[in-house]
Amino acid sequence: METVKELLIILISSSLVSNVVLSQFLGLCPFLGVSKKTNTAVGMGVAVIFVITLASAVAGAMYQFILVPLGIEYLQTICFILVIAALVQFVEMFLRKAIPSLYEALGVYLPLITTNCAVLGVALTNVQKEYGILAGVVNGFATATGFTISIIILAGIREKIQYNDVPESFKGMPIVLLTAGLMAIAFCGFSGLL
Amino acid sequence: MAGNSKALERLVNGIIKENPTFVLTLGMCPTLAVTTSAVNGLGMGLTTAAVLALSNMIISLMRKIIPNKVRIPAFIVIIASFVTVVQLLLQAYLPSLNDALGVYIPLIVVNCIILGRAESYSYFNPPIPSLFDGIGMGLGFSVALTLIGGFRELLGVGEVFGYRVMPESFTPIGIFVLAPGAFFVLATLTAIQNYIKIRGAKMGKDTSKIGSGCSEDCMNCGEKGCSKRFYDNTEEGKEEN
Repeated sequence: METVKELLIILISSSLVSNVVLSQFLGLCPFLGVSKKTNTAVGMGVAVIFVITLASAVAGAMYQFILVPLGIEYLQTICFILVIAALVQFVEMFLRKAIPSLYEALGVYLPLITTNCAVLGVALTNVQKEYGILAGVVNGFATATGFTISIIILAGIREKIQYNDVPESFKGMPIVLLTAGLMAIAFCGFSGLL
Repeated sequence: MAGNSKALERLVNGIIKENPTFVLTLGMCPTLAVTTSAVNGLGMGLTTAAVLALSNMIISLMRKIIPNKVRIPAFIVIIASFVTVVQLLLQAYLPSLNDALGVYIPLIVVNCIILGRAESYSYFNPPIPSLFDGIGMGLGFSVALTLIGGFRELLGVGEVFGYRVMPESFTPIGIFVLAPGAFFVLATLTAIQNYIKIRGAKMGKDTSKIGSGCSEDCMNCGEKGCSKRFYDNTEEGKEEN
């Protein structure tokens, strides 16, 4: 059984030390594409936390109870991507019917996450590191929290950059990437935590 | 022969005219993550090229059978199958490369270059041109990744393909092989792209092909192969924005 201490270590290492965007480059597209304003960044972050936590639970359960007993672990990539896609579709339908207010807030972001590499990446990492279902869910939640923290910080910085005089060639993406690079350097500092 | 020139045209198109990394700026996650050395870049590029060429051909062969409504899930299953095949082959014959690339090999499934080519080319064209389109695009991706990897290796370690090329007095700039270096290299790359675009526009050239890929605006993404297009009912989301 996993102890609380181990889970805590997973929590810190996945959210801060090996941040999903800034050190593993997963989920880069929404990180750069939805970070123009802080409030959309928050919405995206919450949707990502929701989907990744749920997806790592479902993918973990499927791996443990279906793929391993049948001895077809090598089909994990195909199964995970299909399950995640179906799950996001299902969550969208469920939210629209059951909790319209939450759907209003997250609905726009859900389709963007379907084949987001971070979701599949977390499911695969859980298998690779041989996490159980509980540790997998914690890892998923922590990874998504790391994503949310960094996208909100980036959105905050981008709102300020708008008022700065950026060289013409660096307008748009280049300056955002430079900012992300500097953030990555700052996040390197967390490696002393563990 | 007409067939030959068509195939050649697709190859040149993929490597130079529509280079997925330098011109279209697609598939940035693996580009940043695995280009810590020229060898890793080349390995990732060729792996992606193999998957791209094979899945392009099979999708093209099956284009009349796959119903339009479920085409994207069907594409993903085909792509994921080839990724699994390639991954098993790498595990068996090139374990060191497999370890170096790690989780990024199965993640080829969600690389938007592959889904993008399926959506915009192989679903509408016969198998042979599609195969060459895949090879061309894959080679273009490989060239780009090898160049970026070589550049980062040169500055970060002072070597290229593991051979020392910088003089002894050169102090390696270690940050270039770490995560932040990847962002800086890509920032410079997109800045150069912007510069060419601005200069081209001043001289009245058509620069509309030079894309910004996923990196511009996710919410209104019109890019073929973007994950948002997994559904056909995405128009509702657009209006709200």
